[in-house]
Amino acid sequence: MSVPAELHYTEEHEWVAIDGDTASVGITDYAAQSLGDVVYVSLPATGAAVTAGEPCGEVESTKSVSDLYSPVDGEVTEVNEELDDDPGLVNAEPYGAGWMFRVRIPAGPGGETALPPGLLTAAEYEELTKSAG
Amino acid sequence: MTEFAGWLMPLRYGSETAEHNAVRSAAALFDLSHMGEIAVTGPGAAEALDYAVCGWPSSLAPGRARYTMLCAPDGGILDDLVVYRQADDRFLVVANAANTAVVLGELQRRCAGAVVEDETEATGLIAIQGPNAAGLLSRVTDLPLDEMRYYAGAYGTVGGCPAWVARTGYTGEDGFEIFCAAGDAERVWASLEEAAKREGTSLPPAGLAARDTLRLEAGMPLYGNELGPDVTPYEAGLGRVVRLDKPGDFVGREALAARAAEGPRRTLIGLIGRSRRIPRHGYAVLSESGEVGVVTSGAPSPTLGTPIAMAYVRAGATGPFGVDVRGNKEPAEVTELPFYDRRKQR
Repeated sequence: MSVPAELHYTEEHEWVAIDGDTASVGITDYAAQSLGDVVYVSLPATGAAVTAGEPCGEVESTKSVSDLYSPVDGEVTEVNEELDDDPGLVNAEPYGAGWMFRVRIPAGPGGETALPPGLLTAAEYEELTKSAG
Repeated sequence: MTEFAGWLMPLRYGSETAEHNAVRSAAALFDLSHMGEIAVTGPGAAEALDYAVCGWPSSLAPGRARYTMLCAPDGGILDDLVVYRQADDRFLVVANAANTAVVLGELQRRCAGAVVEDETEATGLIAIQGPNAAGLLSRVTDLPLDEMRYYAGAYGTVGGCPAWVARTGYTGEDGFEIFCAAGDAERVWASLEEAAKREGTSLPPAGLAARDTLRLEAGMPLYGNELGPDVTPYEAGLGRVVRLDKPGDFVGREALAARAAEGPRRTLIGLIGRSRRIPRHGYAVLSESGEVGVVTSGAPSPTLGTPIAMAYVRAGATGPFGVDVRGNKEPAEVTELPFYDRRKQR
């Protein structure tokens, strides 16, 4: 099970990659493996406003359906339309071709991109999955 | 891995969809050692079982098997069972893991005149299921499998280990279930894997997730989903397992005869989802007049490529139906069960 060191993570088993003012979001390898084969991903609409910690979509696998949470506040700028035809990308490449959506994070009062509080480092996330068994 | 009726079971070994497809197109192995095996033996065994279950075990020839049910006096289903007549005076009753204790208790109470023993701990159960199953198993058994009919079984060896081999399964595919000593299960499993290796074919292990989608496609009920103490065999579309024509009394006869006469209050139907959202266990079935039933099992069907579900609807309810998938009414079409019938596909 891989946990790339350069990414941020959430307790909801999502990963966040920050590039300038844009956050790319997907679910972790651990999440994909726990869910089993992903068969459908419902993503937020491009242009939609999302709020950190709030559900913004759903992930359906063979055995279950789970909420997809936005890890950040902002506006959705892009969603991974490939997942519509090939939701299995989430299992095959959770950190690559299986990415889910991108969010523009509004600049903070000083013009800097403010990371939402509560994101986990790779080491912290790894610890979380270990304690979850 | 997942906790299942007190056993730690693999939900999947790799991709459950790949495991499912392997059973449909080639073959796969299942470790079903969690299932309950209860032996009913002695000169009075056949008669005792006729009283205990709603089928007619005494009418089985040795070497034959039958799907049957253990009902409560009110006709509710306590478990669905496969009964193998292994000899004149020996029956093997295979129960769901979660119900083994209940089935054992009921059989001990109901089978006066027979010896009822729980063999679950001592028994390993390995299934090989799929179109390649007979070919692969024939490499490692002394039994002539081409002579073995569906729902038949015989004593023989598998991988050199003594076993009861039966042409039964829960996948809708041809296949075999191999009952052996618990300590021999690994050898039986390995002998089949080696046979596949020698043949150059794949024989992956398959977990509970694939087992569930396979049985659902085959329209086979699952205890706890389609079957339970509040359901009679008639509602489950399985009235044929109730042998009101057999002589003598049996537990539930009076209630079941009354139910047979009045007709079912609800019906088990098959639904094909016409959107990509999956109807799941517990979701409401809607008609134009409102809620008319509930989904008992639902999954994405790897073979059909669409969501499929079984559901109970009120007798007389008419479509078009939809399913309340987390607040959205998703269209679903009624279809005949099973969703998949290998005799029609090949």
